[in-house]
Amino acid sequence: MDIIIYGIINSISLALMALGFALVYGISRLPNFAHGALYVVAGFITWTLLKAAGLNYLLSIILAMAITGLIGGLLYQFILIRVRGMAISEIIASYAMGLAVLEGLRWGGFKGMTYTLPVFAQGSIMIWGVPVDYHRIIVVGIGAAVVLFLWIFTRSTRVGLALRGMAQDERASLMLGIDSDVMAVVAMVLGSALAALAAILLLPLGNIVVEAGYNVLILAIAVCIVGGLGSWFGAVLAAFLIGFAQILTVAYVGSHFQMVVAILAIIITLILKPSGLFGKQKELEERV
Amino acid sequence: MEQKRKERLDRGIKVRSDTIYALMSVKEIAYLVLPRLVLICGLLIAPLVMPSMYWQRVISIVCIYCLLAISFDFLAHFVGLVSLGGAFFIGVGSYLAAILNTYWGLSPVLTIPLATIFGALICTILLLPCLPLRGVYFAIVTLMYPLALARIIEALDIFGGTDGIMGVTSFPGRWVELYFMVGMVLIFLFGMRRLVNEDIGLVFRAVKDNDQAVRASGMNVTFFKAIGVCIASAMGCLGGACLVHIYMWAGISQFALDFSILPIAATVIGGAGTLVGPVIGCIILVPISELLRTFGTLRIVFYSLILVAFIVFRSEGLMVYGQRKYHQFERWVRV
Amino acid sequence: MSGEPILDVREVTKAFGGILALNRVSLKVFPGEILGVIGPNGSGKTTLVNCITGFIRMTSGKVLFKGKDISRKPAHKIADLGLTRTFQIMRPYYSLPAYKNLVIPLFSPRARRTGGWRGGGKLGDRDTVGIDILEEIGFERDSFVPYKLASSLPTGYLKRLELARCLALKPQMIICDEVFSGLSMSEIASMVPIIERLRMDGITLLMIEHRLRELFRVANRVIVLNFGEKIMEGTPEQVMNDEKVKEAYFGSEEVEEVMKHA
Repeated sequence: MDIIIYGIINSISLALMALGFALVYGISRLPNFAHGALYVVAGFITWTLLKAAGLNYLLSIILAMAITGLIGGLLYQFILIRVRGMAISEIIASYAMGLAVLEGLRWGGFKGMTYTLPVFAQGSIMIWGVPVDYHRIIVVGIGAAVVLFLWIFTRSTRVGLALRGMAQDERASLMLGIDSDVMAVVAMVLGSALAALAAILLLPLGNIVVEAGYNVLILAIAVCIVGGLGSWFGAVLAAFLIGFAQILTVAYVGSHFQMVVAILAIIITLILKPSGLFGKQKELEERV
Repeated sequence: MEQKRKERLDRGIKVRSDTIYALMSVKEIAYLVLPRLVLICGLLIAPLVMPSMYWQRVISIVCIYCLLAISFDFLAHFVGLVSLGGAFFIGVGSYLAAILNTYWGLSPVLTIPLATIFGALICTILLLPCLPLRGVYFAIVTLMYPLALARIIEALDIFGGTDGIMGVTSFPGRWVELYFMVGMVLIFLFGMRRLVNEDIGLVFRAVKDNDQAVRASGMNVTFFKAIGVCIASAMGCLGGACLVHIYMWAGISQFALDFSILPIAATVIGGAGTLVGPVIGCIILVPISELLRTFGTLRIVFYSLILVAFIVFRSEGLMVYGQRKYHQFERWVRV
Repeated sequence: MSGEPILDVREVTKAFGGILALNRVSLKVFPGEILGVIGPNGSGKTTLVNCITGFIRMTSGKVLFKGKDISRKPAHKIADLGLTRTFQIMRPYYSLPAYKNLVIPLFSPRARRTGGWRGGGKLGDRDTVGIDILEEIGFERDSFVPYKLASSLPTGYLKRLELARCLALKPQMIICDEVFSGLSMSEIASMVPIIERLRMDGITLLMIEHRLRELFRVANRVIVLNFGEKIMEGTPEQVMNDEKVKEAYFGSEEVEEVMKHA
């Protein structure tokens, strides 16, 4: 029973981590390898606003999400837009920027145990005989709400539909008057804000460390590849698959194997079904 | 209205020294041979003129990075696969050599070749799943493998865990170490330059440019990509094996980001596609990185920013610029 | 023509999502003949070639080449068996000279088996064999043309280079995807003898074409596709006079003109 509870918590956490990456890739086909860096940066910004500037927690959260979104947008507008379309250069450029940020934070002295964010609520309750703290319940709740909200957003509102249009066929959207550059910036801002949200929800459960940036990047990529690059439903499903696989491994094999599970999931997916569970890109090689 | 444009022409001496006509005079032979001679002599003399043992060690490290950078350039510009994880090859090579040395007591004379060959096989097998797919997947997987393997070794506490494997024997002597490294670099540099013009090299380039046509000619593209990866990982594993014997220690830090990022930065700065450019880039960047060691991980920030700047502004790199200037001259011409 | 067909395409269907690009297309090609495949734009001709030669997986159907089932084989295995193709959008290796373009197909397992072209290296056999093949296909031997970079060659030469690439594999059958398109009248006039030569050498051809006049001169039989279905099969004369074909090409001046000169 505790496997199910912890499995759900872990899966939603993974989904939160991956959503930002999946959104940016799904809309503008841009693999944003600075995702992990944005995650950690959001955590530090929140901490700075909270402790150093002494702002209210909620205000810090909102500001951090906004600032991270802004950073993502600027990253796109000034750097990534120039290498748009060249897949390898996009990866190298975004990865290099992410590295610069992460290693810069590491050098700047942000390391060690002293940086934490407070949990939203203290205490825990028993669900079906399993102790679960309130914060994790909030994470699951908000996570599910965000997924649902994104689902509705992209199906109903104009901006959401425009984003979906771009995801399906960029040229056709251009002809219909949807500006793909503006949409790409919007996607990047939203994706960064989602990364920030994930950071804000998940970092209170541990410390803010630079290593988390790399872990989040690996996990987000794993979820997106297994679920299929470009399919949000697939990403959620993959999050659950990997999430439960990790919890099962922790329960039966050992707690150090979590990363192994993620890597194995990627390799197995690439061998068996490269386009992922629900991948829309069926032809993975060049078309004739 | 009169307009001017820039015209680029081959230099007279280049045209005169085409193929066999180069033998016509000493001047033309010198034109062709001089740059290569300078490089070879420079690399061979460098260990002798270095002021201290510290700097001689730096030369060995430069050579290891050169091997990695040549392999990156080869993969990226001659096979079409961008490898974002040079650290993966170094790590596999170094752990293999360390294991062979400490658990089985083999000497460096054996561990280095064995680690190179088996390391290449292991790396190729691990990279096999993403070879039939688009280049993006290769980049993703190579990026993740070093990060993942480091964490796995740390978590499972195998192969020495975070402490690493200690007590690896070193090279028989300082000069052996230096000249072996320099020799390897020269062999691989000129070997790879020869290889890409051989028939199989042409097949690699064809796979990069136009893999559908290669498929239509009855050749298995995945197989050739695998061979390319094998060659490149052999170079990386060789570097890793040598690294272990230089530092007498194998550890997770061999999966460090330096080994992934610096070859890319060196290639981009030195001139991609030339195979010599990466060597020049390493000769420039590695000493700078050593000087920056006091600043900690700031040097990675430094490489990353340089890398971004070069990629974003799409500059051609030193060797490409240099070759252009050497072989051609420009002048303004009235239109 | 009688006897066993060298290529037997049975009920090939290809669906892209909801769109049926090919709907149960069947055809047979007999050894030594030239089969033409025509049809208006979008009728699925190139998709058919891609399905037959393994570049796209077909949704259903079967393809037999020399009696072997090649329906699920990858493209390079099919080429290795002796069924080669040219590309409608030409794909030479632009950065290499014309004769070096042929080194790559000469490196393939099939070329090494059938041609006995061993050895290599810069001054080795593949370069000379490459020049020989180019001469066969119409490049002037003693000129500088074979040594020019593929990126600087005109269309006529590039089309011939595509055919040369197939010939390097010593194929039994070549599927030509619009070899005549994009060529001037004189270039076409010099291509037709090459096609005839190929037939005389015993190579079976399946030619997809838009230029009906030239095709009807060389083809033994013609198949017409429209919206992914085969609507007619017969000799060029039969096809020209068929009502369904005229309807498919309704408004096209080609058929009218060909009819006038028939």
